[in-house]
Amino acid sequence: MAEKMTYVEASREALREAMQSDETVWCLGEDLGRGSVFGQYLGLQEEFGPDRVVDTPISEAAIMGAALGAAMVGTRPVVEMRFSDFALCATDELVNQIAKARFMFGGQSRAAMVIRKPTGMWRSSAAQHSQSLESWYTHIPGLVVVCPATPQDNYSLMKAAIAADDPVVYFEHKNIWGMEGEVNRAHTVEIGKAAIRRAGADVTIVSWSDTANLAEQAGARLAEEGISAEVIDLRSLWPWDKEAVTASVARTGRLIVAHESVRAGGFGGEVAATIAEAVPGARIRRLGAPRSLIAYAPNLEDQMRVTVDMIAQAAREMTND
Amino acid sequence: MSEPGDDGDNRARSIALLRMMERIRAFEKQAILAAERDKLVLGAIHPSIGQEACAAGIMQAVRRDDILLSTHRGHGHTLAKGADPLAMFRELLGREGGCCGGKGGSMHIADFNVGMLGANGVVGANITIGAGAAHGLKLIGSDRIAVDIFGDGAVNRGPFLEGLNWAAVYALPVLFVCEDNQWSATTRTRTVTAGEGAGARAAAMGLPVTTVDGNNVEEVAQAADQMVARIRAGNGPEFLHAITYRQTGHTSFDQAAYRPEGEAERHKREDDPIMRQRSYLQEMGVSSAELETIHAEAQAEMAALLKEAAATPFPPDDTAFTDVQDIGSPAKEAF
Ligand SMILES: Cc1ncc(C[n+]2csc(CCOP(=O)(O)OP(=O)(O)O)c2C)c(N)n1
Ligand SMILES: [Mg+2]
Repeated sequence: MAEKMTYVEASREALREAMQSDETVWCLGEDLGRGSVFGQYLGLQEEFGPDRVVDTPISEAAIMGAALGAAMVGTRPVVEMRFSDFALCATDELVNQIAKARFMFGGQSRAAMVIRKPTGMWRSSAAQHSQSLESWYTHIPGLVVVCPATPQDNYSLMKAAIAADDPVVYFEHKNIWGMEGEVNRAHTVEIGKAAIRRAGADVTIVSWSDTANLAEQAGARLAEEGISAEVIDLRSLWPWDKEAVTASVARTGRLIVAHESVRAGGFGGEVAATIAEAVPGARIRRLGAPRSLIAYAPNLEDQMRVTVDMIAQAAREMTND
Repeated sequence: MSEPGDDGDNRARSIALLRMMERIRAFEKQAILAAERDKLVLGAIHPSIGQEACAAGIMQAVRRDDILLSTHRGHGHTLAKGADPLAMFRELLGREGGCCGGKGGSMHIADFNVGMLGANGVVGANITIGAGAAHGLKLIGSDRIAVDIFGDGAVNRGPFLEGLNWAAVYALPVLFVCEDNQWSATTRTRTVTAGEGAGARAAAMGLPVTTVDGNNVEEVAQAADQMVARIRAGNGPEFLHAITYRQTGHTSFDQAAYRPEGEAERHKREDDPIMRQRSYLQEMGVSSAELETIHAEAQAEMAALLKEAAATPFPPDDTAFTDVQDIGSPAKEAF
């Protein structure tokens, strides 16, 4: 029953199905009628009309704030922020309003919505169109944080996110819109459950978003060298699958956490600290971007990347003794 | 709620407006006592004393199932929308049975049963939320409308532009109200506001603007009735600019020493909305005794409710972890 789909098609199909089965699901954002920047909405306005696929003004605060008001009267908005960088224009609306609406009003309200934030490095997009800020949102009680890395997960997790009664911050990686893969529409994924992308015994490599794809490649390369790496794609950062990671590191005794975002203050620190407490004696390394800015020139941009080589090299070093 | 009727109806309506203003003031006087004398209200409260005509006049124009978004100075709006004052007192005191379970307090008061979707601790933030509520209502084909009230200080925040533009573009059923008490905390708003201010800015985005004497409850009520009728008929958003005055400090603890001497006193003496409505009713032939009864009943009601609220326990400790989120809930795992 699997079909070939790209990453961008997968979440679009999930959204289309959700809109077909639930009239209260609608989307709002800039340029949606033309598919938005990456084609995530292509054809949806034709199918569902301009009232449910709403072309908005360039008003990120109003897009986010309006989604909350609309959620509080019983609709289920899907918010498009275009680039995760622009979502910072709507920080109050997300962090002070949406994340707190249920608790602060004593459970009278819910803020069921999906907030889509295309993330990460993509061509030469420089400092304001390339960031990976997912760790910020893990710090905000009330929010769910999801980072799919494959077409199947982008399909299944988008469905789960729309069905959730919580606000879900949904990071799609801009570098893999065209990534092809098998998608089984019947396959469901529970938010909070990691995927073991590769089983192994010597070292555990934990990652998410596009870096999980790099980690899987590193795992394959290491296998040729006789190093058995277990590659875990967290898929969501809040909640995150501590059980899967703990169980794996308890077996391998070694953990590498790799992510595209700046290492300092990145979510890798949280994973590392949690596992250090849970698995005494585990050896742990973190890979993330240096704490500098993402530049336009390709060679400068590359200085910020965590690569397959770097992940593999870290595993070699850790298993070498 | 109001229908044009005969003189008896008008008289009853005018009395009801006074009664609501008296109840709001009595509620807030008790709340201030509870804060200052009894130390029962622990957080900041922002009284709307002197501004009750806006709450009473606007809320009588809408239905119980219409939506309201308000500000940090929202007790009056909430009460006038029909919220239970006992649950409100409990909320101010942080008690079990508070309208938000003691989790919100004065600045986040809300009662979804009467369409009151929240006061807000962030100036201007409710503007886009109210526009969005109206957007949602229109999307589901409801004939309900939203009322979105904010202060004069909020017109200098970005969401004012984004929210009004949004509502106008989608012709949403929302009444925006700038309750202009002329002060933004300790700063006189016009000294930090360019151009003609609130009404002109709304007009520039194509919203019909009505300006009223916000301390004349009859004028506020009449304007609100007309605007709500047009909005409910599907004519798009409108903007009510109600000029009023904050008789107290910014919070109950603020002595407002920054105001020119005599300014607040003059407003209390000459421009108090309750006093003005009492005079109006006396001219209509309502007796002083009847007016006194309305006043005394409001006082007695709120004093008794505050006592009852103070006798309520604090919420159970474990509710600090409930109603945060289902997926990744701290009730299951907080670290
Ligand atoms: C975004 C934001 N900035 C500052 C504050 C602090 N603050 C709370 S109320 C207030 C004054 C607001 O003035 P106005 O909008 O006229 O409302 P009023 O207090 O007069 O009712 C300020 C500055 C805040 N709560 N939110
Ligand atoms: Mg003011």
